[in-house]
Amino acid sequence: MEEVQTRKPFFDRVMASTPGGNTLLGCLQCGTCGGSCPSGPDMDATPRKLFAMARANMEEDVLLSNAPWYCVSCYYCTVRCPQEIPITDLMYTFKRMAIESGHYNAESHADFSQSFCGYIEHYGRSFEFGLATRYHLTHHPLQMVRKTGLGFQMIQKGRLNTAPDRIHDMPQLTAILTEAKRIATEDEL
Amino acid sequence: MSQEHNAYGYYPGCSLKATAHAYGDSTERVAEVLGLTLNEVADWNCCGATEYMSLSAIPAYSLIARNLSLAAAQGHQEMISPCSACYLNLRKANDSMAKYPALNEKVNRALGAGGLHYDPNSLHIRHLLDMMVEDVGYETIAEHVTKPLSGLKVACYYGCLIVRPRTDGYNPEYPMHLDRLMQTLGAKVVDFPLKTHCCGGHMTQISEETAFELIRRLLHNAADYGADMIVTVCPMCQLNLDAYQPQVNAMFGTNYEIPILFFTQLMGLAFGIPAREVGMGAEITSAAPALGKIGHEEMEPARPKRRDKKSLPMPQP
Amino acid sequence: MMEDRIGVYVCHCGHNIAGTVDVEHVAEWAASLPGVAIARDYKFMCSSLGQELVEKDIQELGLTGVVVAACSPHMHEPTFRRACERAGLNRYLLEMANIREHASWVHQHDVESATEKAKSLISGAVRRVMELEPLEPFMVDINDATMVVGGGVAGINAALELANAGHPVYLVERDPSIGGHMAQFDKTFPTLDCSACILTPRMFDAGNHPNITLLSYSEVEQVDGYVGNFTVRVRQKARHVDTELCTGCGDCWEKCPAKVVDQEYEAGLGYRTAIYRPFPQAVPKYPVIDEESCIYYQKGTCKACEKFCPTGAIDFDQQDTEIVLNVGNIVLATGYDLFDPRRVPQYGYGRLANVFTSLEFERMLNAAGPTDGKVVLRDGITEPKSVAVVHCVGSRDENYNPYCSAVCCMAALKFGHLVKERTGADVTSFYIDIRTTAKNYEEFYHRLLKEEMEFIRGRVAEVTDAARMPGEEGKLIVQVEDTLIGKQRRIPVDMVILMAAMEPRNDATDVAHTFGIGCSEAGFFTEKHPKLDPVATMTDGVFIAGVCQGPKDIPDSVSQGAAAAARVLTLIGQGTIAIEPVRANIDEEHCSGCRICNNLCPYTAIEYLPDLEVSRVNPALCKGCGTCVAACPSQVITGQHFTFDSIMAQIEGVLYDTYNGNGYVSVEHEVPLATG
Ligand SMILES: Cc1cc2nc3c(=O)[nH]c(=O)nc-3n(C[C@H](O)[C@H](O)[C@H](O)COP(=O)(O)OP(=O)(O)OC[C@H]3O[C@@H](n4cnc5c(N)ncnc54)[C@H](O)[C@@H]3O)c2cc1C
Ligand code: SF4
Ligand code: SF4
Repeated sequence: MEEVQTRKPFFDRVMASTPGGNTLLGCLQCGTCGGSCPSGPDMDATPRKLFAMARANMEEDVLLSNAPWYCVSCYYCTVRCPQEIPITDLMYTFKRMAIESGHYNAESHADFSQSFCGYIEHYGRSFEFGLATRYHLTHHPLQMVRKTGLGFQMIQKGRLNTAPDRIHDMPQLTAILTEAKRIATEDEL
Repeated sequence: MSQEHNAYGYYPGCSLKATAHAYGDSTERVAEVLGLTLNEVADWNCCGATEYMSLSAIPAYSLIARNLSLAAAQGHQEMISPCSACYLNLRKANDSMAKYPALNEKVNRALGAGGLHYDPNSLHIRHLLDMMVEDVGYETIAEHVTKPLSGLKVACYYGCLIVRPRTDGYNPEYPMHLDRLMQTLGAKVVDFPLKTHCCGGHMTQISEETAFELIRRLLHNAADYGADMIVTVCPMCQLNLDAYQPQVNAMFGTNYEIPILFFTQLMGLAFGIPAREVGMGAEITSAAPALGKIGHEEMEPARPKRRDKKSLPMPQP
Repeated sequence: MMEDRIGVYVCHCGHNIAGTVDVEHVAEWAASLPGVAIARDYKFMCSSLGQELVEKDIQELGLTGVVVAACSPHMHEPTFRRACERAGLNRYLLEMANIREHASWVHQHDVESATEKAKSLISGAVRRVMELEPLEPFMVDINDATMVVGGGVAGINAALELANAGHPVYLVERDPSIGGHMAQFDKTFPTLDCSACILTPRMFDAGNHPNITLLSYSEVEQVDGYVGNFTVRVRQKARHVDTELCTGCGDCWEKCPAKVVDQEYEAGLGYRTAIYRPFPQAVPKYPVIDEESCIYYQKGTCKACEKFCPTGAIDFDQQDTEIVLNVGNIVLATGYDLFDPRRVPQYGYGRLANVFTSLEFERMLNAAGPTDGKVVLRDGITEPKSVAVVHCVGSRDENYNPYCSAVCCMAALKFGHLVKERTGADVTSFYIDIRTTAKNYEEFYHRLLKEEMEFIRGRVAEVTDAARMPGEEGKLIVQVEDTLIGKQRRIPVDMVILMAAMEPRNDATDVAHTFGIGCSEAGFFTEKHPKLDPVATMTDGVFIAGVCQGPKDIPDSVSQGAAAAARVLTLIGQGTIAIEPVRANIDEEHCSGCRICNNLCPYTAIEYLPDLEVSRVNPALCKGCGTCVAACPSQVITGQHFTFDSIMAQIEGVLYDTYNGNGYVSVEHEVPLATG
């Protein structure tokens, strides 16, 4: 396809990478999303403000914001938004774009997602024990002490498996994910 | 409940095999009592929880779609998920593939690399709670109650993902079906305004300050309304509210001791299934004191509050 | 038969058509069509110069038919028909090809296809116009009586204007009293004059005017006929009170033991008895018995009212009565319903006691209302110290109603002022945009700013009683993003007022159907033209006024009521009106008398003549819908102006480039219908 120089390449990319993302054009800046967000108080910019910044094509500021990483996927914003904008999905888009461009803040814990997914790609199932140890050893070694207490109790109660579960047809899953990643680099949604 | 309608595809999800085995165990026992067959989808994989979507969309959808494809190929028409996060992901993949042809094409191309294919909407994905109240129904459930939970005051906690963003006709902010189910079991349901608020999700791993405050609010609100315990429909909610309760207490200087149980555990107890078999004791904040209350006391009949003569009428339903 | 000499006129409509359709090319091409004597394109065909062009050609070239390819016939068919007539050509020998709405506007990004479609439409019109026959409209008298439906402020004013001009009016109101929503209010913005003081004199006039017949507690069941001559069936519901005897003394409702919440007049905030008069100034003054809540009707005994009525006016056996009215015109002024905020569960209405709707609050403010005008919480005693006013509840929201409800911002300011005046409480408005566009409205906003009403820009996320922080216990907490600061805030208050949207009446589509008019997507009645004909509808003789046409305030509702009356008066002044001769016509010589058409006609316009053994169409009742034409097994019914030949010719014309190898096939030859 011919390369078209648009006025707001970042904004356009955000919309194109999210199913139903072009509803963002209708954002009223009403703040229902920012008001509804359980993590709102901890965000350096509310979802509403991120959308205003995206509309102003402020790529760096948007991707460096901690807001998407504080999104807890509660979908309150999405069901309340008067313009039916898939806000939670847009938060995922921002996270993906930040990881792709390496533009995220170290505080944002993108690597939590990465560790989690690493286990899935290895075993086909999640592995809390491995995740908790690995992630917390790198990030909050001190918290680890408290966590081990909890972890111990969890193991006792049979709630934490110390060895991962794994699916049978791992080669099939690997083939699917490899192909999916190839397709993902091809173009946008 | 019709005869052909009691067999379902079953997608337990990772948690029910580990952190929430109590949920898995109780679900299986309750299903047995109700004569339901839950056929576990063979070789299912993780749905990616709330994480995979942050990395890359097509692989995230493909990961989920592998399960849909397997379930459909194994002859299921309906697939039940007890975990709200799995339920949301499975639904989201199915619905988005149905709505966006470009996405559908790409995901199926990826599935093709593993020799699989999925036609959107060939599978109906439902949450376990929805199946219980809609297919089994309150009446049938009531018929199986042998030890009513009389005297137990419960706060019904739905969390987010079971009602949002897809609602299946349930109120996305103030659903009542779990409340009604608990009443059917004989429990007294307290009002719980935060019933669909967030448990903190993965924030317990990322920012304790954020997550613990969300957990504190829920515990506080349930305590405010005099609940003996909180009932959940999601492994993530149960884990956050239960396992982190001591740490929340430590952070805020509070002393909540509110047990968090799965709704299927309470169904099991009301059906007279021995406590061990429905995973009792797996909770970090012990439910034993609260359960000590369950006897055969008569429930006090709800009497409408006498309103002051001057008072204005409430909006009629 | 005379040789066809058709003129084709392709309009640019400025850029509207010419921007997408290659009009010059289309005109050039049209000139080459068989039967076309002249084809021209012109910037604005509807201008006087454009019309003169047509007139000149008719006279100089002796045109036998005219095709104007421009906008919708709804816009300018009458214009060009008049032009034809001025030049001596029968007005029904004109055909419009709509190449704006049907071509340029719907294919904005595709010049080639839009141009091809324009050609197709013109080709069809040319073929059709060659088959048309000169017709004469027939004239009917206009009945000078008018029916006004809905006795809110809009309907009352329409009725009074007409009655004062000396013409009979039937004012049909569904409720026991006229007055509408305005009768529920205490003060009206921006002047803060007392609603009852300005409305009740008008209600009284409407109820006592010699030219106005007030039919309250009545429903329109059926409407037949056409402009100038409507026949309307109205059902007057049984009041169970003989209005000849009743003096309105009130002994009955004083004694009635059945008390229920009054969902209508008190908006659910107060009580009434089973026999009731909605409010003291009600017009008419007579009570009604509500069968649903009356103990006698539900249980079979009571009749307390009957025992105490001094004039013996109570009549439990009274039945609904049917009245047939003959009127020339109809004005619909059915108003609005308030959006039910239970549909926005996060605002807690119905669950949290001290969340009120705007209409409940209007009743609370009203000196004659359930609290005697005192601002109190649901306990009926406690005065709030802080009040939140939430804008845009159910409006500006794709989940409910996308439109702006137009009056809520001003009503919110009114509430702010009155709450401060009566309680001194803090009042905070939560808004997305403050809309104060009419005369003296912005000034009122400035006044409230100075009266220290607080304004937080942000749509409220939720209202909750779940306290989280000190100072929140026992309060309602309004959670919102203050978008001007960019921070989430929680404002604890004692009382929350939800500014709910005005919505179309829940039966608006049924009512529209009864009167043969259209509804917008939202459900408001559709006007004939949004700018130039806002109170007329697509059905001649049916007009609309007030909020049933779209959200608006009282001044605009009153203006529309007067405007609708003026439009009716114009028609009455003309005395007669030309009716389109688009009617069905039975060829009696070939009618077999099978009577199939008799029952099919939705307007009962076909009568059977037993002595002749044929059916005949009554042209005054026929609407030209064509049902009988299609049904006649002997094919002897013709729809004038829409004959079989003219329709087939038009279809062939539209398909000129695909049908029968690009050539024309005349309908005179037997042609098989295309079978693929
Ligand atoms: C909370 C609130 C406060 C407001 N405050 C102000 C203010 O201060 N100032 C201002 O200018 N505007 C105000 N408005 C707007 C105002 O209410 C409207 O502009 C006005 O009432 C519209 O009058 P109407 O006659 O069109 O409709 P309505 O007042 O709704 O009257 C319609 C009438 O038609 C009757 N009816 C309905 N259907 C039928 C039927 N099928 N057959 C027979 N009868 C029927 C109804 O019973 C009713 O009597 C306010 C609105 C709200 C919601
Ligand atoms: S709620 Fe929707 S419309 Fe309002 S600011 Fe957020 S995204 Fe925009
Ligand atoms: S008969 Fe009905 S209306 Fe009359 S007093 Fe009894 S309840 Fe009231």
